[in-house]
Amino acid sequence: MTQEHPATPAAASPTSSAVPAIQVKGVDFSYGDKQVLKDVTLDIPTNEVVAFIGPSGCGKTTLLRCFNRMNDLVPGAAVTKGSIIIEGANIADKAIDPVELRRHVGMVFQKYNPFPRSIYDNVAYGPRTLGERKKSVLDEVVEKSLRRAALWDEVKDRLDDIATGLSGGQQQRLCIARTMAVDPEIILMDEPCSALDPIATAHVEDLILSLREHYTIVIVTHNMQQATRVSDRTAFFYLGEMVEYDTTRKVFENPSHKRTMDYISGRFG
Amino acid sequence: MENPEQLIRKGVHHDGLKEGLVKAFLGSLTWGIVIVALLLFGRICWDGVPVLVKPDFPFIDVAFLTEKTETLHVFDDANAERHSLPASEYYQWVDEHGADAVFNAQTYSYSGGGIAGPIVGTALLTLLSIILALFFGVAAAIYLSEYAKQGRFINLVRLAILNLAGVPSIVFGLFGFAVFVLVAPVFTDVPSDRSLFAIPLGFTWLSFQGWNSSLIAGSATLACMMLPVIITASEESLRAVPQGFREASLALGATRWHTIRKCVLPFAMPGILTSSVLSLARAAGETAPIMFTAAVAAKDDFPWEGVSGPLGVLQSQVQALPYHIYTLAARIPTSEYTQRAQYGSVFVFLLMIFMFSTLSIVLRNRVRSKLKW
Ligand SMILES: Nc1ncnc2c1ncn2[C@@H]1O[C@H](COP(=O)(O)OP(=O)(O)OP(=O)(O)O)[C@@H](O)[C@H]1O
Ligand SMILES: [Mg+2]
Repeated sequence: MTQEHPATPAAASPTSSAVPAIQVKGVDFSYGDKQVLKDVTLDIPTNEVVAFIGPSGCGKTTLLRCFNRMNDLVPGAAVTKGSIIIEGANIADKAIDPVELRRHVGMVFQKYNPFPRSIYDNVAYGPRTLGERKKSVLDEVVEKSLRRAALWDEVKDRLDDIATGLSGGQQQRLCIARTMAVDPEIILMDEPCSALDPIATAHVEDLILSLREHYTIVIVTHNMQQATRVSDRTAFFYLGEMVEYDTTRKVFENPSHKRTMDYISGRFG
Repeated sequence: MENPEQLIRKGVHHDGLKEGLVKAFLGSLTWGIVIVALLLFGRICWDGVPVLVKPDFPFIDVAFLTEKTETLHVFDDANAERHSLPASEYYQWVDEHGADAVFNAQTYSYSGGGIAGPIVGTALLTLLSIILALFFGVAAAIYLSEYAKQGRFINLVRLAILNLAGVPSIVFGLFGFAVFVLVAPVFTDVPSDRSLFAIPLGFTWLSFQGWNSSLIAGSATLACMMLPVIITASEESLRAVPQGFREASLALGATRWHTIRKCVLPFAMPGILTSSVLSLARAAGETAPIMFTAAVAAKDDFPWEGVSGPLGVLQSQVQALPYHIYTLAARIPTSEYTQRAQYGSVFVFLLMIFMFSTLSIVLRNRVRSKLKW
């Protein structure tokens, strides 16, 4: 992998710290007999935003769900080759508790899925799970998380309303707030803006940019402009293979592969 | 309108006749069912209401609901006037008028007094069995749908549980007798002679000598009978909870059990309640399972009388409405004098089931309105 200068100015700070946040080493992945990922290798540096792009069904979500072992829930789904190292630990290791892993690797899902409870309870769910009971602490976490997800002003007067009564875009931002509330170091976002209007999208993108200093973020997106706006690096996937992975500027301005070129210029996918 | 090429034509669509026929067919079937149900309820009310309802205040025959069952004595007095009195009042009457004043005396068992014993017995059996069945059934359903590795073996287990629902209730009765009445384990300082075996625990013994015919044995048997339906329906309800809730909860670092407790079970509860009530209504009316395990035809005390503490209640035998109805209908010669108790019992039983299901529907709706998705 070529180590060029990072694309966005904010990423100009020394990014390649000693250990990457996530190292994917030659991973094959199958749902039962159906192989979905083929020999994927990439490093995601700490405190960077990495975008996954590629046509529908190429395995972006699948790879993302490997990072917090969400695929454990799918019967027959497994990493069949290779390994994923997160902050120095092989996450397939027997000694790694997926519950502990998921507290460090948060996820925002492709389909927004708030619990049918109050807005407050949704955001407080994570901290409560960790044993936080103090109302004052919870109040603070809820407000902070909702502010970060650019939702606070819209819901501050109706925190006790049921979350499923919000609009689709609000529900998605609520899910982002819910993830922020447990304060993970790595945040996986699967098309977080697919249900959002341009204003909310801009809010979320601002959020991502502001989070970059302290968090490592992996974002799946079908929106090329979004990838260029928020990410330091971009990985292009095609049919389960990682075709190209480089700084975002390189991928979008001067891709090494014809497939990438075709995809980002909208000729297929 | 002037438009000759009107796109939306008036009149009956060419499939209109077919539509009408289908609707009439389905409708007539439905109303047929309704008529059968009305006839059934009508008959029960026709015979039952006069027993329970009085023309004067308080309009309900409270004694019938609150007094114990007694033998009915029917006799003529010296003036050839016919009396029918429950045993207690009969002996009072005899004390006052002398035994010589009684002519043509006849007795009808279980037909005098009220049916408080069977009401209380059925209420206790029902309550205890639903608690047991829900506890075991929901636990099993959670294991089967959330923890067990899905595959052929678990499907086989499911099939076996489902088939259990088809086992005749008398077989459950015999099973309950063989297991709960005769060999179920108890803690006791002095194991009985007929104990299958006893394990010394130092301070006491764990003796496999059974629970005898008792409230707890009967409830356990009824619970076994309800289990298949409750497990199956609970599993359905659990699986109807969107996978997204589980994933969201787990992704926030919750453990599996925490996820089930907070994000799965509450949303499955309305469905579980509905199905349990159906199976409970069925089980509450069963005679066969409690015949050998809990029920007695006649009992002078309420279950809590003459016993020590709540454990004593569990160990006492009870009367039960279905068994009472069965006794009155099949075990003693029927006559106009036995009918009062019989129809009254049927009617009261129906009322109890009705109240219970109403309660559970209200409960379900309250849960459901709080948790919507
Ligand atoms: N639970 C599953 N069981 C079996 N196959 C699956 C499952 N989930 C995904 N797949 C398959 O794996 C492949 C990759 O799916 P994935 O969801 O990772 O694609 P994606 O890149 O996220 O697509 P999109 O952009 O549409 O979200 C697809 O062919 C899909 O059909
Ligand atoms: Mg996807």
